[in-house]
Amino acid sequence: MARNPVTWLGSPTFPKAAHKALADTQLRQNLRKATGTIRARRAAAVAEMTDWEMLRVAGEQIKDDVLARLDTLLVQLEESVTARGGVVHWARDAEEANRIVLDLCRAQNAAEVVKVKSMATAEIGLNEALEAGGVHAIETDLAELIVQLGDDRPSHILVPAIHRNRSEIREIFQRRMGVEVSDEPADLAEAARVYLREKFLTTKVAISGANFAVADTGSIVVLESEGNGRMCLTLPETLITVMGIEKLVPTWQDLEVFLQLLPRSSTAERMNPYTSVWTGVTPGDGPQQFHLVLIDNGRTQTLEDSIGRQALRCIRCSACLNVCPVYERTGGQSYGSVYPGPIGAILTPQLVGDMHDKQAASLPFASSLCGACFEVCPVRIDIPSVLTHLRAEVVEAKGRTAESVAMSAAAWIFASASRYEKAQKAGSLARFLAKDGKITSLPWPGSKWTSSRDVPAPPQESFRTWWRKNRG
Amino acid sequence: MKVALFATCLTDTFFPSTARAVVRLLERLGCSVEFPLDQTCCGQMHFNTGYREHAKPLARKYTDVFQNYDYVVAPSGSCAGMVREIHPTLGTSPPRTFELAEFLVDVLGVTDVGAWFPHRVTYHPTCHSLRMLGVGDKPMALLRAVKGLDLVELPDSTHCCGFGGTFAVKNAETSTAMLADKMRCVLDTGAEVLSAGDNSCLMHIGGGLSRLRAGVRPVHLAEILASTEEDPWRATP
Repeated sequence: MARNPVTWLGSPTFPKAAHKALADTQLRQNLRKATGTIRARRAAAVAEMTDWEMLRVAGEQIKDDVLARLDTLLVQLEESVTARGGVVHWARDAEEANRIVLDLCRAQNAAEVVKVKSMATAEIGLNEALEAGGVHAIETDLAELIVQLGDDRPSHILVPAIHRNRSEIREIFQRRMGVEVSDEPADLAEAARVYLREKFLTTKVAISGANFAVADTGSIVVLESEGNGRMCLTLPETLITVMGIEKLVPTWQDLEVFLQLLPRSSTAERMNPYTSVWTGVTPGDGPQQFHLVLIDNGRTQTLEDSIGRQALRCIRCSACLNVCPVYERTGGQSYGSVYPGPIGAILTPQLVGDMHDKQAASLPFASSLCGACFEVCPVRIDIPSVLTHLRAEVVEAKGRTAESVAMSAAAWIFASASRYEKAQKAGSLARFLAKDGKITSLPWPGSKWTSSRDVPAPPQESFRTWWRKNRG
Repeated sequence: MKVALFATCLTDTFFPSTARAVVRLLERLGCSVEFPLDQTCCGQMHFNTGYREHAKPLARKYTDVFQNYDYVVAPSGSCAGMVREIHPTLGTSPPRTFELAEFLVDVLGVTDVGAWFPHRVTYHPTCHSLRMLGVGDKPMALLRAVKGLDLVELPDSTHCCGFGGTFAVKNAETSTAMLADKMRCVLDTGAEVLSAGDNSCLMHIGGGLSRLRAGVRPVHLAEILASTEEDPWRATP
């Protein structure tokens, strides 16, 4: 089987990637400012809602119901879409999905296609696959365009260019569009508008993702903020939508919950600015050909895991990224995947499905388990629990290591109070390594701690020794 | 009221003054404190690092040791969180276990514990106390009632300090970057003492402050609450 392009080929493990990112002071500054701002705005938008916790529970329950009935709901969706004049394609993996989309583009003789921002197409590496097949894909979301023109990687689910500030964006636009532009946001937006408008009017094929698909009517829903998506979804003759199989909701009524949860969690808006909904093909109005490509790409194997499957509830809001203290400092590219941050740390390794893959296996450890992600997740994904669950899978896959031997020894010592006490007494001899009550340097792996932190000298007398003497 | 102290392996081994302070404080408030000597570790390090199977016997041992007590009190939000939230997923039914501030406020119903601590203090609420146990501002209520104590609010207090158990070693550089921001916030308060309900977080932030000769001392909440005018807290050298 071909490798899953959900991780970028050749990406280093998380600690190695973070090493580089942490030293990038511009990146650190950009992220601190951006995540700090959006964190505060989200908190305010959520605080307005008196029923927020009930909405979260509803979101969780609807998604769990969908995952439990995915087989029948997907068939229902296919029937609804087909009945309204759409064509449904099924893709097991990225390779199959890319081939389907490329063939559809070729059938229209399209050398260029416009794209609505989409995580599913980024996950399968569609742009690269189309390029290799002679079809150029143009990203029309402003931040995606910045990433594409900068020959860069995305670093955030919602704001893929969050690692760039406006002067860096100005430089990219001047270089790639050949225009003089200031670093004022309005000027930058205008330059992108002029560049994209021509593409919208001349391109015959558009490709989108989907935020939701309503199984009983076959309606597809895309949420965006700029209106560029709306252009792609309405102007071209052919529309191809690539969607993960978990993006379903059973009915329109269920959609109501998510149209409240998603905007407040992602952009801190009360209502989403551009919500486009279409159902199959409407004669004389909008694209006259509609193809829906349903991708699995690791989702079915994720669904098999009773703890890990909750990652499939994700509605790609990015709230977990914005509150994550690790993400804020390392940025998204350190995760080596289109899905960064806490959700990436649990979703990416599961989609890859191989805990022997060193890069993917490093991701569940990229967390201090502080729990800020779970607290904000609009569909209540217990990310810390999935992280520890996946860590156990990584440990199992690795087999016997120096760490596993040390952990077994520690467990053996902790299993008996007398062994524990002996180890404690032996360990307290480390106080002779101390000067002025602290140890400043330890051998590996303790050196990883003492590289930036002192260790207090172990006291001569543990608490239990004191207790035995005074109270025992 | 009979109370068992779960000292936690870290506090028992490295910070005995905290456990002694819990004993003193609880006895002053009329509790009868016992320390079952068969206790060791709750298994959090194993569980969080991916050694779930090793954590299981430790969870069972915890229940065996403490099952005959009505209340178990631990001077650690993260160990109490491990027992309350994780042990049941490891196939055990642990006895009622409380983090210290919770026990004082919710069970004993006190916020003024008669303490005296004439120092400028800031408080880091710790992630597991906040998010696993929902301890909320109970520690702040306790500190506000301490005579002589000048409590300064810690900016971005709910942000993680970067400890995260083995995370601090496996991702040492990211952990240090988080620590740097936490130390900046601590130093911005001008506090002499940084307090928390968890010696693990305090060891981390305190280890960084010590390395920088920052002039701020980590002191566990229990030691502040145990301190009185008659028998004031003294810095152990």
